Amino acid sequence: MNAPDLLSFATAVSSGAIRVVDLTQTLTPEFPIIALPPELGQCAPFRLEEISRYDQRGPAWYWNNFSMGEHTGTHFDAPIHWVSGKDLPDNAVDSIPPRNFIAPACVVDCSAESAADADFTLTIPFVEAWEGKHGRVAAGSWLLLRTDWSKRDARAYANLKEDGAHTPGPAPEVVKWLVEERDILGFGTETIGTDAGQGHHFNPPFPAHFYMHGKGRYGLQCLTNLDLLPPTGAVIIAAPLKIRQGSGSPLRVLALIASR
Amino acid sequence: MTTPLIKPPRKDPLARTRLPLLPPAARSRTAHGLTAAAAEGRFALQVCQDCAAVVYPPRDACPSCLSARLPFRDVDPRGKLTVETTVRVSPEPYFRERVPWRVGLVKLDVGPMVVAHLHGDTREGEVVCLALKLDRSGAPVMLALPEKDTPHMADDPILRELTCDPKFRRILITDGRNAVGQAMAKAFADAGASAIFVGIADPWKPFAGEAALKAIAGVEIVPLDLTDSASVDKLAAQNGGRIDIVVNTAEHVRPGGVIGGDGVTVAREAMELRYLGLMRLAQAFGPGLRMRGADGVNSSAAFVNLLSVHALANWPAYGVYSAAEAACLSLAQSLRAELRPGGVKVLNVFAGPLETEWFQTVPPPKVAPAALAKAVVGALRQGIEDVYVGDVAQDIRARLDINPKALERELGE
Amino acid sequence: MTAPPASARSSLRRSYDGVVACLPVTIPYRRYSVNGAQWWVGRALHDLIKGAGLRPKDIDGLSVSSFTMAPDSAIGLTQHYGLSPRWLDNVPLGGASAVVALRRAARAVQAGDADLVACVAGDTNHVDSFRKTLAHFSRFAQDAVYPYGAGGANASFALIAKNYMNTFGARREDFGKLCVAQRANALNFPHALMKSPLTLDAYMAARPIADPIHLFDCVMPCAGAEAFLVCREDTARSLGLPGVRVLATIERHHAFPDDPVQIRGGWAVDVDELWAMAGVTPDAVDFVETYDDYPVISMMQFEDLGFCAKGEGPDFVRAHSFTNDGDFPHNTSGGQLSVGQAGAAGGYLGLVEAMRQLTGTALGNPLAHADIGLVSGFGMINYDRGLSSCAAVLARPS
Repeated sequence: MNAPDLLSFATAVSSGAIRVVDLTQTLTPEFPIIALPPELGQCAPFRLEEISRYDQRGPAWYWNNFSMGEHTGTHFDAPIHWVSGKDLPDNAVDSIPPRNFIAPACVVDCSAESAADADFTLTIPFVEAWEGKHGRVAAGSWLLLRTDWSKRDARAYANLKEDGAHTPGPAPEVVKWLVEERDILGFGTETIGTDAGQGHHFNPPFPAHFYMHGKGRYGLQCLTNLDLLPPTGAVIIAAPLKIRQGSGSPLRVLALIASR
Repeated sequence: MTTPLIKPPRKDPLARTRLPLLPPAARSRTAHGLTAAAAEGRFALQVCQDCAAVVYPPRDACPSCLSARLPFRDVDPRGKLTVETTVRVSPEPYFRERVPWRVGLVKLDVGPMVVAHLHGDTREGEVVCLALKLDRSGAPVMLALPEKDTPHMADDPILRELTCDPKFRRILITDGRNAVGQAMAKAFADAGASAIFVGIADPWKPFAGEAALKAIAGVEIVPLDLTDSASVDKLAAQNGGRIDIVVNTAEHVRPGGVIGGDGVTVAREAMELRYLGLMRLAQAFGPGLRMRGADGVNSSAAFVNLLSVHALANWPAYGVYSAAEAACLSLAQSLRAELRPGGVKVLNVFAGPLETEWFQTVPPPKVAPAALAKAVVGALRQGIEDVYVGDVAQDIRARLDINPKALERELGE
Repeated sequence: MTAPPASARSSLRRSYDGVVACLPVTIPYRRYSVNGAQWWVGRALHDLIKGAGLRPKDIDGLSVSSFTMAPDSAIGLTQHYGLSPRWLDNVPLGGASAVVALRRAARAVQAGDADLVACVAGDTNHVDSFRKTLAHFSRFAQDAVYPYGAGGANASFALIAKNYMNTFGARREDFGKLCVAQRANALNFPHALMKSPLTLDAYMAARPIADPIHLFDCVMPCAGAEAFLVCREDTARSLGLPGVRVLATIERHHAFPDDPVQIRGGWAVDVDELWAMAGVTPDAVDFVETYDDYPVISMMQFEDLGFCAKGEGPDFVRAHSFTNDGDFPHNTSGGQLSVGQAGAAGGYLGLVEAMRQLTGTALGNPLAHADIGLVSGFGMINYDRGLSSCAAVLARPS
């Protein structure tokens, strides 16, 4: 086997033969974050404080300090994030093998179903039907759930009611199946979490977190532009910040697509 | 009879905004005994502990017996307006802009003769009731009021100058998500505020009382997150020039002391919202408030801090919370000095535990949000700068006076 | 031992025999001055020394009154002017300065503590210095008066005048009569700042300042200095200076604290002693120089110094004429109301004018008869009333 030709890869990117799609939400203070009962610890929202802007604080330069949680904005979940993955090897963002940050994606479109039902739940038959059209989910792939949720305004995006959030997500058995039967690398969503808004009522609660991280798999949340990706064939670059023992991190998620 | 105030017309955009001037502020150290009383809306004069003479102006020795024991004590404020004059020429720029200005000599029933500002409904030869007020310099002054309330008496120009009446003023309530913010909006609407901007952070999160809040006449919901500098700056840029009273209703109540294994996350959130939030608010709205202190009937008037009375003495059951409140109090003291050049008052409202979810397990007495809001409006109408709301706050205030060390021990038990 | 009654006290007081006041000096007033008080006081000292043919070191006593020489006090002035006195006094009593300076200096000379005492009052008036003087006049004024409209003396005397009118039936016309007469006296006085004739109609029509005080009830603050010399009669004679004799003086501070509003000054305490010591009765005086910042105070002085009973001031004014050719010559140079009020020098104005009338050296209209004159001082509204009052009966040189 010949060595891969990285230069031709770079040329294809710069020529547009390979398109780069940004799957990242802009970090702003207004972007919704996970809403937990207030007596629990809270994820910090994104905040920006200007250090100087060509002024008396720094005459020729502009820069900011920012603060946020590991799980703010478009972010990566490492296995150590969940109790089920706490003892796994290489389970934190600093120890995950870097090769895992580049992987193909299967994009399952359930935007119509989610539009019809905010509590849409992804099931094994739904994925099997997808496989019927696009082929078997390849091992080592990201499974990305396209719901078009990222197109909603902030209130409809969080979609909080008195009984909690109502956003689409996977059923417990499909997560277990994707890990055990399809060996996916991770699960990605447009919503605030990889689990459904009502996922804490599932068994086990938060099954995407429980099963994925329990088996050393990853999560991607708050993705956008999934509607620009083909069902298969895109390659995802998703490298979290190298935070010692970090449970996750905000990151820039890019998709590479071959132009036709 | 006082001529009722009419709603001020819209400002002429071509006219220069009249800049604030201040009445004479210098006072002797002893005279600040009057400041202390005026700050709380009490009428206190020096009373000799040796011969019981009531003394005014403030002295360092009793003119009856030369005793130096001259504490300020609450005394009967009634007297007779013996003689009055109307100052029509004054060398002080502040009064020069405001003449004619009535002053008079009031012979108090308790003894002293007092030079006082005169409410428009007072008459020479009649009984009046003196009140100690803080003027636009924050300095204590005597105001003679009619013995009995008169119609529209709050609309008297001198009284309005010495107070922060919300009537026809435009209010910013910084957090409408909580019960206090909502009660405050209702109270200011009832008090005749002409506009009530109510800040809401994270508008994507619904909250209890949202519909009722929006239904209050004059309420306009604005995005405002005190933990986000950009959000505060943006609101100030849009509305800072037309906000006359800022009421900071942000709260961050969490039980727990210093040692509890919770690290600093909660404390940081508290400081971020309460301390830094107050700072952001002051930095964004302070300059506008200070600039508009003499801008007509609806000039800027006050910055209201809602504080826990435990800012004054830490309550270890809510130790981290108390500390953040203390930080806010300290900042408010700086802010008070910084807003004074604009004639804008900082009202610190000290309350005990509130009748809200975060004090659910605390036994009564507790302060209902509506009672707190009523106290705030009342304090603004009085023009005072420190108010203690509810039995717990009053109790702690009194115990601090007697023995702060005993209070420290007892709060920790 | 208890203090002797006032009537008996005069017998214990020594007369001022052998001591005289001489060499009245006035440095012409200016509405505003760019010079400091030290310049004005220095000019007055210069004219005193020049007039007496002395050198600065011959002055062995100095009495200074000034509101505007801060941060200096009298001691700093000794070095400033190159003086080396063995007797030094600072008399910060405003309108009571001159008589108080005189009576202290007279006793020092009489006792041999000093031979030649220069008594000087001078103040400057910068633009805005009047406001600053008002703002920091006293602790009570700062704490409890100035913040109330900042009307200064105008507002305080307005309350006193209004109360006097309410109590004794004085009318503005009565005050006006005094002001109009003083202006007439000022018309030929070279140092008067206001020398256009004043009619009662113009007085009544003037703009209000603090009801019932109107423009012509108020003195005009200005810069200026006044001075005189106190020495033994023989010293004066050897210098060729006519010396005015001091028949009697009184001084009283914070009298009648229980009067709710001031209706009288401390003169009323000591008036009997004044006339007893002088050995004359009020009808013996040829002219009266009252302290006239506000005519109501002149009216009180007529009452309290024995020219009429308390409350009869208005009738007394209605019954007499006050010009220099009238039956009761009063404030013969025009008083502060017409000459101007040069701070503490305003307290000297009447005494210096009386010395000139008594020595036949009047600068304005001389009186037909000027053998005995009464000079009275009043000063220091510390809170709601003037605290200091004083008076002196003076006689022409023997």
